[in-house]
Amino acid sequence: MNFRRLTALLAIVAAGTLVVIVAFLMIYAWPAVRLNGLGFLWQNTWNLGSLYADPITFHGQQILPGAHYGILFLIVGTLLSTLIALLIAVPVGVGSAMFLAEGVPHFLRSWVSFFVELLAAIPSVVYGLWGYVVVIPFLGHHVFPFMVKWLGFIPFFGGPSGSGYGLLTAGFVLFLMIVPLITATLRDALVSQPVFLREGAVALGASRFETLRTVLLPATRRVLIGSSILATGRALGETMAVLMVSGNALNYLPGNIYTPISTMASFIVSQLDSALEDPTGMAVRSLAEVALVLCVISIIVNGFARVLLYYEGRQTKAA
Amino acid sequence: MSLTSVTAAQIGAGGSALRRRLFDYLGWGLCGLAFFLLGSATVWILVVVFLRGLSALTPAVLTQVTVGYGGGLLNAIEGTVVLAVGGILLAIPPGLAAGIYLSEFGQGRLAPVIRFLVDVLVGVPSIVIGYFGYVTMVVDLGWQFSVAAGSVALAIIALPYICRTSEMALRQVPRNMREGAYALGAGDGRVALGICVPMALPAILTGILLALAIAVGETAPLIYTAGWSNYLWTGHLIKEPIGYLTYAIWAFITEPFSGAHALAYAAAFFVTLFVLLISIFARLALDENMFWRRRNRR
Repeated sequence: MNFRRLTALLAIVAAGTLVVIVAFLMIYAWPAVRLNGLGFLWQNTWNLGSLYADPITFHGQQILPGAHYGILFLIVGTLLSTLIALLIAVPVGVGSAMFLAEGVPHFLRSWVSFFVELLAAIPSVVYGLWGYVVVIPFLGHHVFPFMVKWLGFIPFFGGPSGSGYGLLTAGFVLFLMIVPLITATLRDALVSQPVFLREGAVALGASRFETLRTVLLPATRRVLIGSSILATGRALGETMAVLMVSGNALNYLPGNIYTPISTMASFIVSQLDSALEDPTGMAVRSLAEVALVLCVISIIVNGFARVLLYYEGRQTKAA
Repeated sequence: MSLTSVTAAQIGAGGSALRRRLFDYLGWGLCGLAFFLLGSATVWILVVVFLRGLSALTPAVLTQVTVGYGGGLLNAIEGTVVLAVGGILLAIPPGLAAGIYLSEFGQGRLAPVIRFLVDVLVGVPSIVIGYFGYVTMVVDLGWQFSVAAGSVALAIIALPYICRTSEMALRQVPRNMREGAYALGAGDGRVALGICVPMALPAILTGILLALAIAVGETAPLIYTAGWSNYLWTGHLIKEPIGYLTYAIWAFITEPFSGAHALAYAAAFFVTLFVLLISIFARLALDENMFWRRRNRR
């Protein structure tokens, strides 16, 4: 075999990993997919059934009596925590990218940016540690009661402020984890905009900030959208940090932004031990179905972002 | 394609000078605030981890294995090294080869598909890869919690990073180097491995180091593939669970004992320090690389 073919083969192996992951999860989860049907996605019960009873046969599958699997609360928890993270991360990411691109002296830019991008290098579990030890007591004792008092009139901001574990805490930690992605990508895009755009704006009498806001920022719109979607993908799949700060709620939907939640990713970690208690194996297969749903969602989100950024890259090159 | 079209009025050049200046200050203020928020979060996290981690460091942490919720982290440090190095070593051959293919030979229809799949693989949540490893290797292959299963899971995480950073690095090699080598009669393999890879080696190694940092910091893919063990590794690749630092952070901080907390802080200190050092080193290497390129262009 010649060298070219060999590298092509290994490249196919590398890329094929993704296909293999999806295929094996699907094969393993298939009995659960058939048993749970579409109700899996919009029912709100995760119940292993009676662990001490004899398994019964239901639709040709061995399951425990009373077993029922529905993950609506996971989907809602995942989407809401990601939404909160994104709502904070986009404005803060844009602001800091603008600051880093135009507000910092040239020779300092690389290192000052590096300092912010370190947020992306810190491991998820260290965020979890920090969130668990520092953020939760701080938010739970000082910030959330304050927010209930002064912002309680806004829907979902009122009500019991909880202990600090919950939706908003998870959203806040996720925000810090995804924001460097937006900041770094957008800063690079802003810096690499053609000089004639700046010159044109300055010739029209724009100040430095006006140039940035009315000319450079709109020109990088698609990069912002693409990187925000990539950031969404990362937030959807974050596991350890969310596991440690979300409160790991089971089977209920959040009533306000302080309520404990679970996400699909953190649920897989927190529930495998108890799922293994199920002698029929259906609970483990249903968890595989959760992983499959999560995997498919992240493939769609990431694929969409990549296509978008790919076209943006092509157009920038053409321009 | 028209990039943007704006009029002087949209830019704000028509407004009163005072209002425009106020808006400028307000805008810069908000942007600075956003930056300050992120910067202070970085400092806050690092200070918490380093202060608490340093105060938890004792000689025992480095010399003893974990006993219950006390003792040391020697087993976890060893395990992290074994798993991360194993994962990276497994990921280098396909990752580098895929990078070479994409950069050197990827003109056909196959390359965009591979690039797309690899990019999407970066975005697959690490817990999904962990569960995939659990289902296939731990259960189906009967490896149980083991070094082999954990390393393969980490290799899948590291693979796309190594592939894409190698491709980027190889693309920086000037075209005339390849042309010269081909003109002298070198084959594909000779040009790629003898000319391009050595020239791009600093950048490729930087990418591998960054992938190593990611592997060291991962938890989710290991929980159900590597398991946890209080003992030192005896060298079995399968059917022997192994400890690692990130597990100690997660599992010990939630225990109600101060000894367990100290171990969690110490573990967080080691992991964060390692990741931080690699990040700084990579940034320095990158800057030097850019300097090198600039000098050569002149």
